[in-house]
Amino acid sequence: MKKIVISFMIVACVSSVAYLIAADHIDAPAVTGTGSDITDFYAFQSPANNSNMVFVVNVQGLLAPSATASASFDEEVMIEINIDNSATKDNLEDLVIQATFKNGKVRVYGPIAPIQKGVASTLVNSAYAEAAITAYGSAPTIGESNGMKVFAGPRDDPFFFDLTAYQAVLAGTATKFKDVGVDTFAGTNVMSLVVEVPKSTLGSGTINTWVTSNREM
Amino acid sequence: MKKISKIITLGLLSVAAVSMSGCDKNDDPKAMVTYEQEDQMARPGISTVFVSSDMKDNFNTTTPSAMGAAYATKFKDRLLALNPDYTTNLLTLDAATFSGVLATDVLSVSLDGATTFYDGTNVLTGRKLSDDVITVELILIFGGPDASEKPGLTDDNVDANDKDFSNAFPYLATPW
Repeated sequence: MKKIVISFMIVACVSSVAYLIAADHIDAPAVTGTGSDITDFYAFQSPANNSNMVFVVNVQGLLAPSATASASFDEEVMIEINIDNSATKDNLEDLVIQATFKNGKVRVYGPIAPIQKGVASTLVNSAYAEAAITAYGSAPTIGESNGMKVFAGPRDDPFFFDLTAYQAVLAGTATKFKDVGVDTFAGTNVMSLVVEVPKSTLGSGTINTWVTSNREM
Repeated sequence: MKKISKIITLGLLSVAAVSMSGCDKNDDPKAMVTYEQEDQMARPGISTVFVSSDMKDNFNTTTPSAMGAAYATKFKDRLLALNPDYTTNLLTLDAATFSGVLATDVLSVSLDGATTFYDGTNVLTGRKLSDDVITVELILIFGGPDASEKPGLTDDNVDANDKDFSNAFPYLATPW
């Protein structure tokens, strides 16, 4: 009970702060500034291998270069990539890829059927690939196992958008974007998780996918 | 209340799990590790544009299968507030249909070919690093049936990232 009360108090305190940051940068008032704040999600065919799919999940947006060396993944947070490969697309996860960040290593499990679906998750503890989390300024450390490649560490934020102009449009202080936009995310970093898996492990045709951050209970 | 009962249920589950794991040979006390969801996303910018500040935490903890029923009307109201002149868009979707699609926040990804938010031919078959996703969304919200309406609002005129991407794993650029 104590834990429940505490978590509700935290939600109540933080929810009073309103932010407007895209793509999903700091779009979670309850977890803003924490290791579970997702900024972006990408899913694309591997540029290096047409038979593979790449998932990129970024957390902790708008890291200044001076703040990046000391940034780290939250050891109590598990990133889950959810995959609905059903014919009906019921938007329930049939497969999950789960990533944990402990003792300086990223460990990625799956793709495998989840133990439970929905907002509660259980670590699948299946076969995994792992890699040392790449330190700021070091060459990427890549782990490979079971056909899966994994990377975790700081990267340039791949997102680009004139957020300031957009906010001015929404606020009614501008009627259009600038003729030459200013990338609000230029020169900033994120903490990235990159996972590449064979497409054959995901299903066939089209999948629906989404990413969640989940705190250990 | 629903959330509390879920947490309590989870708590009971994990207690059961721990006592069960005590019976087998696995000496890892955390053999069953459980988690509670805190944030989620699929399509870029959706929460930013369509979910009001007071609803963001709720949206982030609503499973996609339940999002349509909970959010389609709210998204439609927001769409028509942003663009009172909305009729249909480049995807030929009227306000209700477009809002319904957006409210279920999942990213559709093709396993059979081009994976892009929009490349002039393929629409919503994935999201690659270089996709100008915000401009695509602005076109769909403000551009009308043929993308020609409200030209000042359909492109933020930031068309590419500030660093080049790589064709080799992990694809993202080195940090600043």
